[in-house]
Amino acid sequence: MKAVSRIYMFLLFLFLYAPIFVLVIFSFNGSSTMSRSVWSGFSLRWYACLFQDQMLLVSLRNTLIIAVVASAVSTVLGTAAAIGINGLNKWARRVVMNVTNFPMMNPDIVTGVSLMLLFVAAAKFMGNLALGMVSLIFAHITFCLPYVILSIMPKLRQMDPNLAEAAEDLGCTPRQAFFHVVLPEIMPGVVTGLIMAFTLSIDDFVVSYFTSGTTQTLPIFIYSMTRKRVSPEINALSALLFGTILLLLIIINIRTSRESKRSETLQKEA
Amino acid sequence: MEKVSIISLKDIAVSFDGEPVLKGFNLSIGDGEFVTLLGPSGCGKTTTLRIIGGFVRPDSGDVFFNGKRITALPPHKREVNTIFQKYALFPHLNVYDNVAFGMRVHGKSERAIRQKVGKMLDMVDLRGFEYRNVNQLSGGQQQRVAIARALANEPKVLLLDEPLGALDLKLRKDMQVELKKIQKQTGITFLFVTHDQEEALSMSDEVVVMDKGAIQQIGTPLDIYNEPKNAFVADFIGESNILDGIMREDFLVEFAGRRFRCVDKGFRTNEPVDVVIRPEDIDISKPDDEKLTGMVQNVTFKGVFYEVIVDVHGFKWMIQTTDYVKSGEKIGISVQPDEIHVMHKSEYSGKFGDYSTFSDEMGDDVQPLPKAEGAE
Amino acid sequence: MKSKAAVYPYLVWMIIFIIVPTALVVVFAFTDKGGTFTLQNLQEVGQYSNIFLRSIWLGAVATVVSLVVGYPAAYIISRHSVSRQNTLIMLIMLPMWMNFLLRTYAWMTLLEDSGFINRALMACGFPSVHMINTQGAVVLGMVYNYIPYMILPVYSVLTKIDPSVIEAAEDLGADRRTVFLRVTLPLSMPGVISGVTMVFVPSVSTFIISKMLGGGSNLLIGDLIDMQFLGSAYNPNLGSAISLVLMVLILICMGIMNQFDENGAAEGGMMV
Repeated sequence: MKAVSRIYMFLLFLFLYAPIFVLVIFSFNGSSTMSRSVWSGFSLRWYACLFQDQMLLVSLRNTLIIAVVASAVSTVLGTAAAIGINGLNKWARRVVMNVTNFPMMNPDIVTGVSLMLLFVAAAKFMGNLALGMVSLIFAHITFCLPYVILSIMPKLRQMDPNLAEAAEDLGCTPRQAFFHVVLPEIMPGVVTGLIMAFTLSIDDFVVSYFTSGTTQTLPIFIYSMTRKRVSPEINALSALLFGTILLLLIIINIRTSRESKRSETLQKEA
Repeated sequence: MEKVSIISLKDIAVSFDGEPVLKGFNLSIGDGEFVTLLGPSGCGKTTTLRIIGGFVRPDSGDVFFNGKRITALPPHKREVNTIFQKYALFPHLNVYDNVAFGMRVHGKSERAIRQKVGKMLDMVDLRGFEYRNVNQLSGGQQQRVAIARALANEPKVLLLDEPLGALDLKLRKDMQVELKKIQKQTGITFLFVTHDQEEALSMSDEVVVMDKGAIQQIGTPLDIYNEPKNAFVADFIGESNILDGIMREDFLVEFAGRRFRCVDKGFRTNEPVDVVIRPEDIDISKPDDEKLTGMVQNVTFKGVFYEVIVDVHGFKWMIQTTDYVKSGEKIGISVQPDEIHVMHKSEYSGKFGDYSTFSDEMGDDVQPLPKAEGAE
Repeated sequence: MKSKAAVYPYLVWMIIFIIVPTALVVVFAFTDKGGTFTLQNLQEVGQYSNIFLRSIWLGAVATVVSLVVGYPAAYIISRHSVSRQNTLIMLIMLPMWMNFLLRTYAWMTLLEDSGFINRALMACGFPSVHMINTQGAVVLGMVYNYIPYMILPVYSVLTKIDPSVIEAAEDLGADRRTVFLRVTLPLSMPGVISGVTMVFVPSVSTFIISKMLGGGSNLLIGDLIDMQFLGSAYNPNLGSAISLVLMVLILICMGIMNQFDENGAAEGGMMV
């Protein structure tokens, strides 16, 4: 039984990782344009190509700007919203949560085209503006918001409802009570929401595709590369991205395991 | 002896979602007293506390603090502090920082804070726990931190919202003594909310009995116990046999088919009344014609006394006695005149006081169900 | 408490960017280019019923495959020690951190006629197999991209099952097989339900996978919508009508799934 499940998991991981490793390996392929899968010696030429590609750098910059702005705005707005929702009565909360869940259940493509309709109409209304960074940022904030709210809500619900009152009771203004007591309490949820919003924004293709006009983001750039028949640059890009993500995750993992170890030892001391 | 009142509530009315919680509520609390709001859950006692704390704005009426109107004053500007039901300690701060919280908000110097925190922790016996995480403390310790945190702010009034509810019995008794001691020591007015009548009687200078958003009676624990105003108070505080009676004339009341001498007066002639007799005030003896007689239905050994349920013409009396009687035995019941308490009829008449459905009312927080009237 | 007011900016935002756009889709779906009311767009959607059926069919196949492959994986993972579980779940999620266009692209290079797999086959002396631009390739792409969405909710529900419930079943005389069929499987249904929705919805509405792995001949609903908005067949009114039908279709599916499990689906879905 153990052996069977081991083989099963091995095959599953082979299925999940083989394509990625093939990409990474072929990113070091020296062959020019012949084929994506003929190996002709180790080379870093595609990496060099990549870094000379102005379009790539522009789209990478756009993606980062959008992700930073969208995740920051959606985190602030979403935190406020979560606190507000928590204070609503049952009926109103239900309505608001349905509105919140809707974009998550709705297929991305429908969210994308509906926002496109809005932005096109708005751009026309405000005098022949074009879709671009601004519309992208609005769109990204929109699809990030529900995830931020959903990562904060459980923290708020776990929180003792008297905590903010206790702070006010001890002399805090409502604003001080929020920053001194409520925010530290829900911080893990806020951080999770922020990270989630950031990665969703960086990764988004479908909604961006419909709301970007001619502006390029990294996923849109990747998409245009895959449309070209042969473009080994993309392998290099994949390898780089995968490497970066791997590195980030390893760092995060080490930090969290260190932290949990620290709290464990604290617990033991106590 | 007129005491200075530190807090008074005038004509307070509050409702939540259209449900009235308090109506026409007036209360005045003397400076330096230990006052307890006592009542079943949902009686409005916590709401009263939250109005004083500033967390609930009354729909109408006013709150006065030392004669000044503070109805609209936000919580952080009030010189009262609260101990919340589950303590509401700040989980991201350690014991020291929790106690220091209020002083930090008020911009006290760190030196003054250190001194005060030390003093507070001494008072609640938590020296050496300064840098503990509050989540690692036991319930009793958390309770002490909450007290230290509130008192570090030097409030004029301390509001305690069922602070002992989460503790086990033994700890609760200890904390009762300790709270009383702290109150005496500091001289701060304590307003204490509980549904536990024993707690209320043993700790308070004054007890405010509440039900259905209205005050039923205010008085010293002794008054409340000995001179309940109506059937609700009589039943909620301790055990009582409550009988329908008729006041024939001053000092003469008729119930259970007989006339008894009593010490109450000032009723109309032939006014229907409720008669309260505490189970421990009843003497039992051999049956004879002079006395009420009844059949012993049930005897429970309670340690110090026996709890006896006696059927007298269909009405079940509870008697607490040290004399042993057997189930099925016929006994006589007698009551001294000063142990009969006569009350005017109220909306609670006939709902309480008969033990025909009695089954050890363990949970005092459970509102007594209306019982079928046993005696006609 | 006054904290309620904090929800207003968010509500305004959602009204402008979710409710108004959705209303626009409805308006466009029921009007022609001039802006007058018409039902023609919706009637036209009927012409594409074969594409709708194909999308639903391929989405359903991908969902079933994901379930059949993913459930055992989730079960196996849930039986490991906690630290091992975390590592395995991490490994399941890791590919998702890579942009999904790149993941799909990777399969392009593998499945091509002159791709990695065919070269490997030929090197071993087998005849080459045509794989790219087939429905099979599309389903493969869907499963590859979305199977973590099946494994994660099922896994999280499986780990939440109280072990004493299993012990109780064993105590009452059930063997391992019976325990699984009578206790574990029913209790894990909420996870299965949310897994099914989370795989089915993106599969049905995808347009990248079909474009990259399906060639031009395996159009899905998503491709159809794309064509009306950004493609050669530019017609936002028809595109809106198709989007509207897709949206209603998905909402109905979700409604049906929620019927199966009232409270569990939301919970399992939340964790990702």
